[in-house]
Amino acid sequence: MASSSSLSSASMAMGDEKPHVLAVDDSLLDRKLIEKLLTNSSCKVTTAENGQKALDLLGLGDGQHALNSIASKVNLIITDYCMPGMTGYELLKKIKESPTMKDIPVVIVSSENVPTRIKKCLDEGAEEFMLKPLQKSDVNRLRCQLTKFSNPHKGMLCMGR
Amino acid sequence: MDRNHLKRQVDFMKRSFLDQGYLDEQFIQLEELQDDDNPNFVEEIVTLFFNDSARLLQNIEQALVSGPIDFAKLDNYMHQFKGSSSSIGAKRVKDECTRFKEYCTAGNAEGCFRTFVQVKQEHATLRTKLETYFQLARQAGPPGTSRGQVR
Repeated sequence: MASSSSLSSASMAMGDEKPHVLAVDDSLLDRKLIEKLLTNSSCKVTTAENGQKALDLLGLGDGQHALNSIASKVNLIITDYCMPGMTGYELLKKIKESPTMKDIPVVIVSSENVPTRIKKCLDEGAEEFMLKPLQKSDVNRLRCQLTKFSNPHKGMLCMGR
Repeated sequence: MDRNHLKRQVDFMKRSFLDQGYLDEQFIQLEELQDDDNPNFVEEIVTLFFNDSARLLQNIEQALVSGPIDFAKLDNYMHQFKGSSSSIGAKRVKDECTRFKEYCTAGNAEGCFRTFVQVKQEHATLRTKLETYFQLARQAGPPGTSRGQVR
């Protein structure tokens, strides 16, 4: 993901330094957890309890326009893999199929370490596949990578990769 | 009430939970997330866990006792339960969940029944221990504040 998308530049231009993360998980507990992890890392967070709601927020729901969505502001999507209805993988696919959203990095998280699952997600374009529960160090790393995406010329040193 | 003494007791209790495997490092991670903006974060998350898990345990119980066992459904419930247990660092509970899931995968009803008893037991034990822990923690006041003001 080397390209500095116009989406990130837009939010940077508005003086909004905090990355905006969309976190998707069917577990309320895990949503609260990821939200706290992210806000502690100075991220703005929106949560969604399933894939469909996530798509609606991104303006990709049926018959929607991206106009009033958070689509232009989201810098990263973190989604659980195992969700009823639409899995994280299916959500990933839909995002990657969208001309407006395909460049937004998507991270898949799962409680299960299944190599075929990991490969499938990475092949479909997931930025990373991480194991639950997420740690502070995981979020710090993601945060650091986000800064690199939106400021490719700043050449920040990210620790602990 | 000597606050420092209470704080030491809280720490000691937590240490023993970790040593005896009731909790793991994830619980410490939760505590590290707690801050002035969310001074009761850990207790809120744990309360959420116990409310949620009570419901899941009921569903599992129902699925076990009513008619032919749907192992896929059981596995699904247990997956959710195991996930939340893992998220709060409930190690022993999580380990029993893993055992249960193995029996599910093997289609072993008897194994499921037996393990489920263990799951419920560990869950109940942890609940009691954490209730005591949070009561004590509340009395001891917020960690790391030298002024000792309880918000």
